[in-house]
Amino acid sequence: MIINGVAIDDTFAEAFPMKATRVIITALNQRWAYHAANAMTGFATSVIACGCEAGIERELDPADTPDGRPGVSALIFAMGGKGLAKQVETRAGQCVLTSPTSALFAGIHDGDKIPLGKNLRFFGDGFQISKQIAGRRYWRIPVMDGEFLCDETTGVVPAVGGGNFLILAESQAQALAACEAAIAAMKTVPNVIMPFPGGVVRSGSKVGSRYKALNASTNDAFCPTLKGQTVTALSPEIESVMEIVIDGLSDQDIRRAMRLGIEAVCALGAANGVRRISAGNYGGKLGPFLFPLREIMA
Amino acid sequence: MSAVTFALKAALRQRLDVSPLIPEALAPLGPDQIGAIPLQYGNRTLAVDELFDFEVGQGDPGVIFRGGSEKLDYVGRGMTQGEIRVEGPAGAYVGLQMKGGRLSVTGSVGLFCAAEMRRGAILVEGDAGDWLGGALPGNRKGMAGGSVVVRGCAGARVGDHMRRGVILIEGDAGEYLGSRMVAGTIAVKGRVGAHPGYAMKRGTLLLFSAPGSVPPTFNDCGLHTLGFLPLLLRSFVGLGSSAFGICQRVQRYAGDLAANGKGEILIVQ
Repeated sequence: MIINGVAIDDTFAEAFPMKATRVIITALNQRWAYHAANAMTGFATSVIACGCEAGIERELDPADTPDGRPGVSALIFAMGGKGLAKQVETRAGQCVLTSPTSALFAGIHDGDKIPLGKNLRFFGDGFQISKQIAGRRYWRIPVMDGEFLCDETTGVVPAVGGGNFLILAESQAQALAACEAAIAAMKTVPNVIMPFPGGVVRSGSKVGSRYKALNASTNDAFCPTLKGQTVTALSPEIESVMEIVIDGLSDQDIRRAMRLGIEAVCALGAANGVRRISAGNYGGKLGPFLFPLREIMA
Repeated sequence: MSAVTFALKAALRQRLDVSPLIPEALAPLGPDQIGAIPLQYGNRTLAVDELFDFEVGQGDPGVIFRGGSEKLDYVGRGMTQGEIRVEGPAGAYVGLQMKGGRLSVTGSVGLFCAAEMRRGAILVEGDAGDWLGGALPGNRKGMAGGSVVVRGCAGARVGDHMRRGVILIEGDAGEYLGSRMVAGTIAVKGRVGAHPGYAMKRGTLLLFSAPGSVPPTFNDCGLHTLGFLPLLLRSFVGLGSSAFGICQRVQRYAGDLAANGKGEILIVQ
């Protein structure tokens, strides 16, 4: 399959089940909502070392937020409910509670519940106030700028992590430009995040390492500087490869995001140095979710 | 499952306890069985068909009292589901210990409406008497859930010993509003009588007009913009009251410092 001069490999991306929740962060203005959300979703690129994968899903108008203020929604993914609960609570306490004018609400009300303000309330040192509004319990925690308002719990739903595709280009700048175009298109899709910096990974990994202590190491088959040193997957004209990783609330959401992203990359086409689209997989052994590139782009 | 409509055959001369006439109790019964239900009428016990003309209709389980009466006591006592509508006034103890369902009264109600209520929703189109959402004499647990909307005014001691839930009064409220309150929310659109929040431990009194004087056992915490208020006020619309509008700016008084002191009176600016 070739789209606008870009070859689509006959391969598939492989993803695995995760647990996820959505939170809504509001503030006096959009800028401060982003400050809190950026802090909460910081250092959350990969579950391998961060404990969770998180990102800002979208910006919310005041009409779409529980308290009628500007806000953003963020998605947080982890390998299990317990790990997710720990990450959400820690990040809520250190990043949102601390951020001026912020409030924190559950963005998912189905599924099992994990604490949001349930334990943070003790920061109020006995001055915290519970309010049950429309069947949901909120906590009003007195803080130095007024009150921090927080849902007691948020819902956890099954999700999918690790959807991906690789962009192979003739130069680093062209690979990055293609990634930026893809991310811009994919950010319009609800229920997904691209957790890496700017949505892009340049250090894709393979399973295993020659060093016993490491479970993963650089994906040498896609490293352009190793073309003559390893069993390479790259043709001579490829000088740079970048990856976009997608976590979503369902495999359909990931498929939609992948299609939009690859379409945006292909729109730039071979004329802009984009030569191939490939994907990372582990031979179907990693997870039950497979995303064949050609099927998605058909 | 059926909706049963009752109309009094004659004006009541004594107080009538209609607590057996709740939707879940009537749902499995036929007309003969309903007609034979004994009701306490003053110091006598009479059957339903001696006091009411009634008809059993189709539809969701429900009860309608056509005409109503100020002597019709215990309407919806302990009901758990379905709907009761009183087309007219009702007496004391409306919705006493109610645990679910919906109850509406187009007229006014007497003492102890919604007392010791747990869940469900009550709408009073007229006025409500004293001890709305309170605890029965000697008891220490008042309303502990659900919502009550009073379109008119309410008497004294609203929410006495209240522990949870929401009471919305679109008119005025009497003395000792939220007395001995443990938690919950009471909002009053009109004026309030003396001693609001007397001995309240926790909970919120949201007042849209300043009381004559704030009790000396409440401390002024200043003027604030509180983020939870828009949420709370928007939820009032869902409870059936759109009289309160949206506001955020309130003067906050903490008290009653003679009790636990973690309650608050919020006066909308």
